[in-house]
Order: sequence, then C-alpha cells, then structure tokens
Amino acid sequence: MNDFDWGVIARSWSFLAEGMALSALLVLVATVGGLVLGFGLALMRLSTHRFIAAPAAAYVTVMRSLPLVLVLFWFYFLIPLAIGRPIGSLMSALIAFVMFEAAFYCEIIRAGIANVRKGQAEAGLATGLRRGQVMRHIVMPQALRAMMPLVLNQIVIVFQDTSLVYVVALHDFLTTASIVASRDGRPTEMYTLVAVVYLIICLSATKAVEFYRKGRTT
Amino acid sequence: MIAVEDVHKSYGKLQILRGCSATVRQGEVVVICGPSGSGKSTLIKCVNGLVPFERGTITVNGVSVSDPKTDLPALRSRIGMVFQSFELYPHMTALENVSLAQIHVLKRSRAEADERSEKILMRVGLGSKMTSRPSQLSGGQQQRVGIARALAMDPAAMLFDEPTSALDPEMINEVLEVMQELALEGMTMMVVTHEMGFAQRVADRVLFMDGGEILEDTPKAQFFTAPATERAKQFLTKVLTH
Repeated sequence: MNDFDWGVIARSWSFLAEGMALSALLVLVATVGGLVLGFGLALMRLSTHRFIAAPAAAYVTVMRSLPLVLVLFWFYFLIPLAIGRPIGSLMSALIAFVMFEAAFYCEIIRAGIANVRKGQAEAGLATGLRRGQVMRHIVMPQALRAMMPLVLNQIVIVFQDTSLVYVVALHDFLTTASIVASRDGRPTEMYTLVAVVYLIICLSATKAVEFYRKGRTT
Repeated sequence: MIAVEDVHKSYGKLQILRGCSATVRQGEVVVICGPSGSGKSTLIKCVNGLVPFERGTITVNGVSVSDPKTDLPALRSRIGMVFQSFELYPHMTALENVSLAQIHVLKRSRAEADERSEKILMRVGLGSKMTSRPSQLSGGQQQRVGIARALAMDPAAMLFDEPTSALDPEMINEVLEVMQELALEGMTMMVVTHEMGFAQRVADRVLFMDGGEILEDTPKAQFFTAPATERAKQFLTKVLTH
C-alpha cells in the first residue's frame, strides 16, 4: 500500500480530460436547456387555465418520479423508434438530461415566482404595465434572486448525475477514471482523484451560494 | 368621473360586495370607512380592475372597467393607486421605482422620466433619498415614494387603500400631509382610511361600508354630526374615542 503511483494521473491526463469535457458539456446543456424549458413549464403551471396548467403538472410529476437512469435508457431506445433513425448516445443523453432537468427547474422557478408577493404584481399593473412587463421588470428579478442558490445546488446535482451516462456507453469523467483504474490497476489513485475533483467543484458551488447570499443581504 | 353601479363580488361562496353604488365627481375627495372585512379594499380595487367582479358596472371617465374590449392597462395608467403595504419594488432605488412605468407605459426616455421623478420625489420631501432602496427607508418615506410613483403618471384620479394603516403613529402625519396637499390641489381621490381626522379636514363626502354594502353616502359634516344608521354611530364612537 505504500507504493502509490500518482504518475498514472499525468499519464492518462488527456483521456481524463475528454471525460471531464463530456461531463462539462452535459452540465452546460442540461442547465441551459433545462432552465429554458423549465421556465416555459413554470409559466404553464402558473396559468389559471386548467388545460394549460394540467399537462405541465403531469409532465413534472412523471419526470420527477422516474430515476434518471431510466430516462436515459428511454430516450436512447425510444427516440430512434419514434423518428426512425438512430441519433447516437450523446444526442439522446443530452435530450434526456434537458427533459429531466426541466422538471426540476420548473419547480424551482415556479416556487421563485410564487414567492414574490401578489401585491408586487398588483402595484405594477396599477401603474398601467402589461402582464409581460410586470413579469419581466418586477416579478422575475425578485424571483431570480430567491432561486439562485437552488439553481447552483441543482447544477452540482447534475454534475454528479452525469456519471450515469455510462449506461448508454458514454465516457464521462468518472467513467474514464474508472477505465484507467482497472486498466492500470490503480483504483486508489484514480478514485481519490475523482473524489477530490467532485469535492472541489461542490465546495466552489457552495462558496458561490454563500457569496451570493452575503451580497444580497448587504 | 368614477361611477360605481350595483357591483357584486364574491370569493367562492363568500360574498364581499352586495350591490355597491357610488359616484365620485371630478375634484372630489371621497373617504370610505367602515369596520375591517366590510369590503372597502375590495371595492377600491374593483375601480381599476385589479379585482374582477361578477355583476354591476364601474366606469371611469365613461370607460367601462369590466368590458373585455377596454384597454385596462391604458385605463389604469390614468388612475394612481397607493397600497397599504407600499409595494415598492425592493430591487430598485426610489428613483427607479418612480420612473419604471413612465418609461414602459408612457414611453418617456429614461432621462425624461428621471427628471420628472426627481421633481416629484422632491415635492414629497424625499429629495435626499432618490438613490435609496426601499429597505433603507422608513415606512413613512416608503409610502411617500409610493405616492410619488402614482403621481409620476399624471393620473386623473388617485385611489388610496388604507395608506397609513401599516405605519407607526409618528409617521402617519407625513403621509397624510402629502395627501392633504393633493386634495387641496383638486385631485380626485377615493381614500379608504380609518383616519377620521383626515376625513374631517379634507373629505367632501364619506361612504360608510359594512357587510359589503354602502350604508351611508353623506357629506362629511352630516356624517360626523348626524350619521343616519345605528351601525355608523357605533363605528364612529369606536374610532373617535380611541
């Protein structure tokens, strides 16, 4: 046990970087796509029309009750069946992540909007602003502040969840490290590296949330 | 100028307004008072369409509030409203609060809007607080910003929904003074308030509401000396002795 070989990290660096790049891509697409789609879903859920609110509510409930692995499989096998041609692991994983995260972001955004006092919108409407303007200039800026910590938290969760893409034969950061670990017989070094990297990313996100909270209260 | 006719409003089974009718003429100051839960705030929010109602009509300058063809935002931009809990936008400075609707509704340039906002904030005695956020202002100051925000739109009438109820006693007067000044300048005003001193000084008429009905609609002198209904008498002894 006293002959660690940390050089294995340097030797496999470019392979690990590829895995990290895939994880980063998944996080980026899942976050941006999830926020956009989630915002649309949140607006639907807040609608007073049942026919608009109900489908969005159903979508969110279904997505949130399924494990991500299942959703990954689902899109991997179902999309080619639906459109009649294969779209590849990466594309299906990206779509699955966006669709899955949208359900969570929908709830975060909805709570953020619902938390803004009703009187705020009334005040805006009373001055003659239209609903869209009230949303944009009065409600959303306040909602965004309230939901920033939750969004950052969700990004950390997505980053950890990217490790699941191995089920559709994609190599994210954890998977590449795992491959190197068994190929070179260096599991201790590789899994320690993975843990440290995850820890650093999680801690920086936590710090960002704290920093943000401090900025708000002063 | 404002005509309310037989307005009914209920939330589910709970009936809030049971056939309210009243008119406010140009330049008139009408105070609405009554025990809490009597429907005063609901009635005043019906006037600018913030609260939809089931039956009856309300017209402002001849335009119906409940007609689906009415451009409600345009109508509201001509009626200022001041809220019990101020409802200033917490993420904006006092100046930005007052300028927002001027820019996006009246389409004034930012410079033009800010210039107007500065003048109005100065007028309500907040010349030194323009760049303060609502959280840095006292309740009385916040409410004066609220009044400035409404005045910046050059409204034809102003609605006040218990503007001093959320204020500490020592701050009530600074807000009432601004309102009194407005009244003396001839602003058309509907004021829901428990401040009977204010009513005695500036009101033309007093509406007394209870149980969703307007029980009295009388000139101020008569209301304070000889109220017609027993309930108004009881209400007056309660608020005046306290």
